[in-house]
Amino acid sequence: MSQSLTLNKISKFMGLGFISTLKDLFSGNLGKQDYLKILRKFIVPILSIFLFIGIWHLGAKALYNKEAEFKIEKALTEQGQAAADALKACIASGDISCQPNTLPSPSQVWASYKSLLDDHFLIRADKLAFKEKTAALNEKRVAEGKDPIVYTGRPSFVDQIFRSLKTVFAGFFLALLIAVPLGIFIGLSPTLKSAFNWFIQIFKPVSPVVWYLLVFMIVKTLLIDSSEDSSFTISFISVGLCSMWATLVNTAMGVSTVDKDYINVAKVLKLGPFQKVFKVVLPSSLPLIFTGLKITLSVAWMVLIAIELLAQSPGLGLFVWEEFQNGANDSNAKIIVAMFVIGIIGFLLDRLMLFIQNTVSFDKTDAI
Amino acid sequence: MITQTQNITENGIIFPSEDVMLDLKDLKKVYPTPKGDYVVLENLNLQIKKEEFVTIIGHSGCGKTTMLSMIAGLNEISGGNISVLGNHIKGPGPDRGVIFQAPSLMPWMTALQNVLLGVNQVFPHATKSQRNDIAKYYLQKVGLEDAFNKRASELSQGMQQRVGIARAFAIKPKVLLLDEPFGMLDSLTRGELQDILIEIWNKEKITAVMITHDVDEAIFLADRVVMMTSGPRAKIGDVLSIDFERPRTRKAVLEHDDYYKYRKHLIDFLEH
Repeated sequence: MSQSLTLNKISKFMGLGFISTLKDLFSGNLGKQDYLKILRKFIVPILSIFLFIGIWHLGAKALYNKEAEFKIEKALTEQGQAAADALKACIASGDISCQPNTLPSPSQVWASYKSLLDDHFLIRADKLAFKEKTAALNEKRVAEGKDPIVYTGRPSFVDQIFRSLKTVFAGFFLALLIAVPLGIFIGLSPTLKSAFNWFIQIFKPVSPVVWYLLVFMIVKTLLIDSSEDSSFTISFISVGLCSMWATLVNTAMGVSTVDKDYINVAKVLKLGPFQKVFKVVLPSSLPLIFTGLKITLSVAWMVLIAIELLAQSPGLGLFVWEEFQNGANDSNAKIIVAMFVIGIIGFLLDRLMLFIQNTVSFDKTDAI
Repeated sequence: MITQTQNITENGIIFPSEDVMLDLKDLKKVYPTPKGDYVVLENLNLQIKKEEFVTIIGHSGCGKTTMLSMIAGLNEISGGNISVLGNHIKGPGPDRGVIFQAPSLMPWMTALQNVLLGVNQVFPHATKSQRNDIAKYYLQKVGLEDAFNKRASELSQGMQQRVGIARAFAIKPKVLLLDEPFGMLDSLTRGELQDILIEIWNKEKITAVMITHDVDEAIFLADRVVMMTSGPRAKIGDVLSIDFERPRTRKAVLEHDDYYKYRKHLIDFLEH
């Protein structure tokens, strides 16, 4: 009983209410109402997924045919019948050298996903083997005071996901460290608010690309005498600066709109400024601060891709860009795989924030 | 002398100064509006004795709450002055405890933490366990011994207001200000809380000023009922002494011969 309660609670907490319905399905205690619920919560989404894949498949096929016909037509007018026939036969045979380069079909994307995973395991094995091989040598080098030899092979797709997550969390924490304290000060003092308002209004709408360029200008000069690769530093700072605005605005608003009753209590009890902020103002504005942080994290994840691409910082953004430049026959499929991975991780990050918000904040009612 | 009334529109009754806890002199409150000044209170004079329980009734919007929040120091004084034991007040302070109309507890804190918030502030030199004992003592007094560690957001409105009462008494103020503390409660809970309030009050005898809309509540709790005229320029219209003996029980008060005379007096004033 208590176990099922906690399961319900946790799944509700994370906005994954369907899990508890799923449990009911297996425990077998269902009424008519529950069947309707299952229909709405499982059958309909699953059907819509199949419909989506079906439309995608047909669309991809239509695009494929259009491009193939165009290519054959072109070969016919430019090189004559023989070349056109050869190309037709080549396309029909499935040879990768002459395939039309267009929207990949769902099955191609799935194949690419598997090949990316296989590639990851290959690289991992390679890395492990390398580590084993160099372990003895490295020990000797460290003992002699030299730097150990590190693996410098290309990163796998999964490695790049983790690099992206690292960048996004570094940027997120930078945003948190700047925006929350600043927001508190702005919310508490109308003077500071008017001092910063123009700044917020003007810089909030600036595009990620421009932030990147600004950070690049500054960081490049700051790290001019360092030989290390600054692309990670530049990209996480840009991500932080792009995404901090929602938290800044929400924190300031939360702090400046604390319930007047609470402020009156603080006044009557003559709480000092420190106590007032930490015992009254901050706890009461936590729901709004967390709403801001949730937006910040999703914005950070969204701009990350563009910024990695610009900064040439390893990660999903760079992966997408390199695949696009690469133009190999499965590049498009890999880009779509990355697109799904980006979407799913974005969704999970959002749920993670919701979970933290529900755990930390006192007000359980206004979680969205 | 059943309905002993004093007309104090001009100067108010003068008590010997050593008996006076709270003194409002020529109090005035003006809100500037685009159409000119709006005078809420004017020439308001009221003296409240030590260990006296005064209730204030009057029509909605007449400025009762404005007056109380001025005494609490939460609202600026436009003219005249307010003094506690002869000292003019400057802003809010823990010498004047307030029980607000909404319980105004911090919903993220437990009942105990809410009471401790004030206790820690007023008794900074006491040990932690002493402060805990004070807070727990008052929570027990309001009947919440089982809810020390419940979050305020989990308590019913009536229980929250009990915590509000405990919080106000626990800081041992010189004056207790109550702004319609039971106005949002159902009549059954209201009766319960009146009993709890008067029980603690009988023990602590803290000078109390309470706003209410409820004529029966005003009579049951008070030594004097102060009637305010309707605004603008509201002032003290009439004062009625309630001469029931203390400690009072609701039953004894309701059965007392004078009860309906008091009641009629107040209702006549309000309907006038």
